[in-house]
Order: sequence, then C-alpha cells, then structure tokens
Amino acid sequence: MNIEEFTQKLETEFEEVEPGTLTPDTHYKSIKGWSSMHALIIIAFVDAQFDTILNGGDLKSASTIRDLYNIVIEKTK
Amino acid sequence: MNAFIKAISYHLPEKVFSNEDFFNAFPEELGHKENLLKTGVSERHIVSSHETASDLGVKAAQLLFTENKIEPSSIDFLLFCAQEFDHFTPTTACIMQDRLNLPKHCGALDYNLGCSGFVYGLSLAKGLIESSGVENVLLITSSTLTKTFHKKDKSSTFVFGDGAAATLISSRDKSGIGKFIFGTDGKGKNKIIVKDGCARNEITETSFVERTDEYGNITSDANFYMNGTGVFIFGLKTVPIVIADLLKKEKLTIKDIDLFIFHQANLFLIDAIRIKAGIPENKVFNYIDQVGNTVSSSIPIALNEAIKRGVAKPGDRIVLTGFGVGLSWAATVIHL
Repeated sequence: MNIEEFTQKLETEFEEVEPGTLTPDTHYKSIKGWSSMHALIIIAFVDAQFDTILNGGDLKSASTIRDLYNIVIEKTK
Repeated sequence: MNAFIKAISYHLPEKVFSNEDFFNAFPEELGHKENLLKTGVSERHIVSSHETASDLGVKAAQLLFTENKIEPSSIDFLLFCAQEFDHFTPTTACIMQDRLNLPKHCGALDYNLGCSGFVYGLSLAKGLIESSGVENVLLITSSTLTKTFHKKDKSSTFVFGDGAAATLISSRDKSGIGKFIFGTDGKGKNKIIVKDGCARNEITETSFVERTDEYGNITSDANFYMNGTGVFIFGLKTVPIVIADLLKKEKLTIKDIDLFIFHQANLFLIDAIRIKAGIPENKVFNYIDQVGNTVSSSIPIALNEAIKRGVAKPGDRIVLTGFGVGLSWAATVIHL
C-alpha cells in the first residue's frame, strides 16, 4: 500500500471528515473533533491492513499521516 | 460432580442516561457523534448517590431467586465481585449473606476484580463445587463505577454503565464449565486506576487537581482514570492469543464453538478482536446498546440476553472472555 492509498483509506475509516481533507502531510491530531476514538480507529486500521499493532509511543511520536505511514512500514519490514 | 451455570438474573439502576442526555451535557462532542456511536452504546443506567454496589447485587440476587424459584436456604457459598465495597471492614459478602437470608452454613467472600471478574468467579465456583463438596454457589458481580468519574470525563461517561448480575452455579453429572486461561500484568496498573483514597495514597488537596489528557478528558487522582488507547492496544494484543490458547488447551477449534461472548468493553474493540482472532461475525453475541460497559457484569448480562433471545441454547458450547483493570484477563468454555 502506498502513502496515497494509506491516506485515502484512513480518511474513509474516520468517516466524519470531508473527502479530500487528509493528505500525507496533514497533522492528523489537528483534524476537527480529534478524539480518542480516532486513535482507536488508526490502531484497528493498521492492525487489519498490516497485521501490526501500534503502541502509545508510536501515536505520540507521529505528527503527520506520513510519519504514521513510515512507522508502519518500519514495523512491518 | 461437575459445575454448571444454572441461572442468571441482572438488575440495573432506575436512572437512565441516554445519548441525548450525553450530547446535552457535552455539546462539543456532537462533531464526532458517528465515531462515538461505534462503541455501540445508546444508553446506560446510573446508580443514585445513596445506592451501593451491594445494593444492586442484593436486588439482582433477589430477582434470581424469584425468577427461578430458588430458595435462599439452598445457597452454600456467596462470592461477591466488586470494586466498591460497603466498608473497609467487614467483608461486604458477609453483610449480603444476612440481607439475602442465606443460611449460616453459607461461606461468603469478597474479591476485587473488574472486567475479568465474572470468569474468575466461575473458576472459584467450579473449584468449590468440584473439590469442596459445595452444591450451590451464588456469584454476584456488581459495579457502580460511574460514582468515581470526574464529571468532565467524557469518554468514561459515554461508555460505562452501572449494574449487577447474580449467577447460580450448581452441580450436575455433565461437565458445564471447562478449562481456564488466566493472565495478569500488574505493570499495567496505571492504565485503569483510581489513584487516591485507599491505603496507598490518602486523599489530599492535590488529589482533586484536574488533569486533561491529550483527548480532552478531564480527571483527577481522586477519580477514575482510563487510558483508553492503552487498554484498546492491550485488548487487541492479548485477547486473540487467550482465545487461541484456550482452544488449544481444550483441543477445540473455532468451528466447535457455538458462541463467543467477550467482556462488553465497547463494540469497536470487540469487533477488532473478533477479526484478529478469525471468528465469524455470527458467532459473537453482544449486548451493550442498552447498558453500556457494566464491568464485571457485562458477560453475565450478555449471556442472560443471549439465552432469553434463543441465541444461546441448551447444549451450546460458549467461550467467555473477560479482560481489563489490573491488568487482568481470563477465558473459559461453558456448556449450557
């Protein structure tokens, strides 16, 4: 999965964001209404798609969708 | 003789706190209503300030007796699972023995566990019945967790509800409660905690200093705190392995199991666990919509509803899995 596809799929999972809102450089914790449910959606999405479970530190250290994608790729190497 | 679950009843406090009430209290949360609804909760019951966990438990047990024509005098042992006891001492189960008119030859003890508590209770009841000559064990699980919330703790307010369940475990020839998987990780104690007000930390002025987490939930050391993300990761990492270990121990596969009932933490987590464990959707029964996460009573409440609706039938093999505060987890297979 490339980063564009990753971003698009994550946006679909988030549901309540306007299509096209997320880009690889979006600071995802700044999206409107950011909540712990979004964090859970990210964790479940990454587990379902990559069979890897992010930890709290991963989510803390990643600012943009690209950061998140890079962490996932690194963890699944 | 073998232990089996003979009957279950449950009691919920009268006051209902609906999603409409929630969004009236926290209008800023309307922006991600759809995501919140993924937890599967529409309403929850909230205990009144003068009611205790033992009050709810007594009502659930009285219902168990009347609904199933059970004589209190037939109870040989009372197990009371809660986290909010009446006094530091005496044991709340002893007070409940009197309130329920249980016989004086009845053993009674409290144990302190949260979401894994029902499955642990089944293991204790099984041990008593199969090795101590006890015939009827009354297992009461109860939670009044909402009393411990900070009034600005949005996540906890949305997910949790109060309630109690009473389960009668009796003996019969055929096996009714199978093997167990247990697990504990005390390193995760801070993931779900009320820090102050017990023996380790006294209540002081600083206990009430408000702290806001990265998602805008407010709590203090005198109130309940849950690291929702950490607990989600714990559940997703641990539970599928527990299921696999249990099935291996029982020499069974998912195909041999008629139904899976998980602790009703929230639907989004249960579904993620289900997918990771490779369990088909039609083999999982959930009941969280009307009650929320009722901690140690969530499994018996769901099991009661599954039986009432004919989803769980006599002869069915059902896997029960509890996991949460401690961190603590346990799973077993029951035969109805």
